[in-house]
Amino acid sequence: MSIRLDKPLQQLSDDNIQKLAGNLGVFQLADDNGNIIYIGYAGGKSLFGLRGEVDACKDMQGASQFRVEVNMSYLTRYQELLMVYIADYDRVPLHNDEQQRRQLGKLSPG
Amino acid sequence: MNLQLTQEQEMIVGMVRRFVKEEIQPREINLDPDADELPEADKALLVAKVKEMGLYGLDIPSEYGGPDLDMVTRTLIAIELSQHRAGLYTPCYGVFGGAGLAQLYEATDEQKDNYLYPTLRGEKSGFFGLTEHSGGSDPARAIQTKAVKEGDDWIINGGKIFISGADKADYGLVFARTSPDRGRGGVTCFIVDTDTPGFHVRRIVHTLRSARYATELQFEDMRIPNNNILGEVNKGFAIANDRLSRQRIPYSAGCIGVAIAAHELALEYSKIRETFGAPLSSRQSIQWMLVDNEIDIQHARWVTLEAADRAQRGEPFRKQAAMCKLVASEAASRVVDRSMQIHGGYGVTKDFPFERWYREMRIRRIGEGPSEVQRHIIARDILGESLR
Repeated sequence: MSIRLDKPLQQLSDDNIQKLAGNLGVFQLADDNGNIIYIGYAGGKSLFGLRGEVDACKDMQGASQFRVEVNMSYLTRYQELLMVYIADYDRVPLHNDEQQRRQLGKLSPG
Repeated sequence: MNLQLTQEQEMIVGMVRRFVKEEIQPREINLDPDADELPEADKALLVAKVKEMGLYGLDIPSEYGGPDLDMVTRTLIAIELSQHRAGLYTPCYGVFGGAGLAQLYEATDEQKDNYLYPTLRGEKSGFFGLTEHSGGSDPARAIQTKAVKEGDDWIINGGKIFISGADKADYGLVFARTSPDRGRGGVTCFIVDTDTPGFHVRRIVHTLRSARYATELQFEDMRIPNNNILGEVNKGFAIANDRLSRQRIPYSAGCIGVAIAAHELALEYSKIRETFGAPLSSRQSIQWMLVDNEIDIQHARWVTLEAADRAQRGEPFRKQAAMCKLVASEAASRVVDRSMQIHGGYGVTKDFPFERWYREMRIRRIGEGPSEVQRHIIARDILGESLR
């Protein structure tokens, strides 16, 4: 498994969201230029898994694309994606909470 | 060994049991089923309550400010602390505090000032860096990370894997080979600051523990001062080995606690779930599962308490620690599996804690030395020199 989530982004449309399954996993939202603006996850409390969580974010300001990864280790994968983002940009994505940084570790991916 | 708990032990165990039932289990209902952290405000509140109970920093020696509790009592408490969904790897979400790295109690005064005391004050955290790609069960031979003396410093190159908490730590204990041809007599323990140039956390290692990960480390020409050697040059193996034996007792206690929690849920469910007009508990097949659970738990409990008792009395306990780790991890795996079976379809959902315990308990038969290594240790002890 790649440390980065690098599959192609899809348009954040109702059609595409409805095609998602209700699995547990992680997702990223991006702007028109493909910049990641939010990293989230669908955990054990999600009523409709990735479909429900991505749907709940579809009106997020600037979000026009998304990608998901089905993953039962959604919590550690979520933390990993945030840490990789911080290693690359020294900040969390625009719509994630900067306070989260305090609970995250430091990665220096090779 | 006296099999009856003292009045003080009964009181402490009862207090901790109530705490888990009243403060931890209800809070878990609102958390993600895989969560291993409480909201910060809740954690602060519960830490304050634990301090009021006089049980904060259970494993800290009393001369460093910990409660003055013997090893058997601490084991009894550890059995209680893990009796909830996240309990196997995050007993009570850490609100009873940690002891830091026990090896630092043997450190120099300067090292204690720099690492031990800040850790006990909650200002710093450390990791334990032993296992490498070449193996973890036989560290004396498997360690390939090298440290070479250069002036007053050591230059360390190599890597570690399956290391918990290194990405969040301020420092760590890193075991490196300082004499290539001396086997277990050629390993040294270094205290390494994680901001040292050349220290890298290269990746997260995802495992069955879905809330907490391990890390892979790489060391590139990491320069460590001679003053940061813990103990003596070439005597690091004894530090690692002592930790491995000692750690097996609380490790076993955690397994037993989860087994008790799973068994209690299974007992309760078997009385209310009806099939073909009668409760599950009336079926002999279910009764025997519950009986086997009961026996597994009792067996593991007494073997573990005996190991704790021997350690407390200062007697050799390496064999007993291996036995309790072997018995508790395997018995608890069976108990969780049976309890899940009794719950049928619900048992494998995230609505119940069994699926998390099932995944995490599988690691317990490998972590801190797999079952086969524990058997090897016991065989060496009972067969002695004839094995060599």
